[in-house]
Amino acid sequence: MASNQKVLMKGNEALAEAAIQAGCHHFFGYPITPQTEVAAYMSKRMPKIGGTYLQAESEVAAINMVLGAASAGVRAMTSSSSPGISLKSEGISYIAGSDLPCLIINVQRGGPGLGGIQPSQSDYWQATRAPGHGDLHILVFAPSTIQEMVDMVFDAFENADRYRMPAMILADGMLGQMMEPVVFPEKKVVTFDKESWATNGHKNQRPHNIVNSLYLQATELERKVKERFERYEVIKAKEARAEEYLVDDAELVVVAYGATSRIARSAINSARAKGVKVGLIRPQTLWPYPSAVIAKAAQTAKAFLTVEMSMGQMVDDVRLAVNGKAPVSFFGHTGGVIPTPAEVLSEIEKLTGGDR
Amino acid sequence: MLENLKRILVIVGHYGSGKTNLSVNLALHMKSMGKPVVLVDLDIVNPYFRSADFAGLMQQHGIELVSPTYARTNLDIPALTGRLDAEIETDKTLIIDVGGDDAGAAALGRYSAAIRDAGGCDMLYVVNGYRYLTRTAEDAAEILGEIQRVSRLSVTGVVNNSNLSNATTPQDIAATDRFAQETAKTYGVPMLFTAVDERIAAETGVLLENGTVFPVRIFVKKPWEE
Repeated sequence: MASNQKVLMKGNEALAEAAIQAGCHHFFGYPITPQTEVAAYMSKRMPKIGGTYLQAESEVAAINMVLGAASAGVRAMTSSSSPGISLKSEGISYIAGSDLPCLIINVQRGGPGLGGIQPSQSDYWQATRAPGHGDLHILVFAPSTIQEMVDMVFDAFENADRYRMPAMILADGMLGQMMEPVVFPEKKVVTFDKESWATNGHKNQRPHNIVNSLYLQATELERKVKERFERYEVIKAKEARAEEYLVDDAELVVVAYGATSRIARSAINSARAKGVKVGLIRPQTLWPYPSAVIAKAAQTAKAFLTVEMSMGQMVDDVRLAVNGKAPVSFFGHTGGVIPTPAEVLSEIEKLTGGDR
Repeated sequence: MLENLKRILVIVGHYGSGKTNLSVNLALHMKSMGKPVVLVDLDIVNPYFRSADFAGLMQQHGIELVSPTYARTNLDIPALTGRLDAEIETDKTLIIDVGGDDAGAAALGRYSAAIRDAGGCDMLYVVNGYRYLTRTAEDAAEILGEIQRVSRLSVTGVVNNSNLSNATTPQDIAATDRFAQETAKTYGVPMLFTAVDERIAAETGVLLENGTVFPVRIFVKKPWEE
């Protein structure tokens, strides 16, 4: 009936359905606004496909169930919003320290503390700098449309398996709650051989595998961490992604991710209509960060503007990538207040002298 | 098509079927017919994109708005207001925008006896054939059954609100005509009308077997849309 199999989905539902289609049959979660529909959707669909949906007694329990399921070699995931992700951070560190793949979804809301329930991007630092204690990184994907949320769920599971590490989809309440048409890709799910490490029963046929993050010998722990950081270097070289929009001749480059990038794009279109040379770099991965794309733009652009739903977090990474070649300004709102295209346009005009 | 409906109009449906946009349009339509109108946001599930978002628009048109006590605040507490009980007993036209699925309709159950005592209601079941979990008449009818069970009220008509957001074409809507009719037939209720974006209403009307089109304006928008 539907043309091109196009369907209308809420971001949260699309994340859940995409995960199922990407071969994730084990979901462990705990409800929190504005991501509850992920869990609600899973609770309806998982029993119908013979999968596991479990509402844990807490976020801490849910992430540790993910650790257990991932140890057995299955695609496992959990989902939450900002305060819940803080609770999961210990488990995320253990999963990273055990070299296990999994998917964690953060549909960000305003913080700190219990904060609010409106959209936010104030967990950028948490996701890219300290998703848990210790020397570690996780893969961080930043979708800006519902279609991209679907596509990135597939990519996140695949790269989590490939590099044996946790992946996070860093969304926000707006993306989670809004609706857009999507098409589920017919791409084949890429699977990985996990027999060399998965603790799924050796049946006396092979030596037993051990999943562990405890190394009491300092030198052994250092070796493990260094090994992991060598892998991180490969990922930084191969997996950073960004979309460029009207950057080639841009004098001002706006850098924004997620829902905010769509507000920025709308403002950029209005500015271009007035003859202002402005473009957009939209990071699609936040770790690894697409620093090279920004550094390249810094060779020609006269200035940069970062727009975020926070007090300014990603702007640090933009400044590191620009490396002093041009001034980097920040505009944003926090606490659940969404910047408007008109506000961003006025900021663009201020920086390009359009209001003279 | 709307003249013969009861004064209490309850809008139910699957999550994301478009109940809020339809409710806002119905409220404005009823008001334009000279009726005193109250728009009731009874959604205890959805944090954003709800009737309470349109307080300004309603006020501008002289339409009263009743919403859960903490709607649109940062307090995640689905507390219903006592004002709805009072409004049910008046002779005003009530448009009640209920939360999605049976989870949302549970809040309606608490008012079912009062609504029956006040002369009953027309309960419109809104369907969108492009929603992932309600693409067949069978699936849509299953959710309808769950909503009836928890709300303790009966659906009296189906509204086809099938759309793909901004990407909707008249052909997309026409392709869902039969699905909506079948959903209505399963429960022996009439298919009342097809709600269509006013910008494509005329082109869509000629493609439908059941030709009644209710043109709607799109009020529920994303922050980057004008």
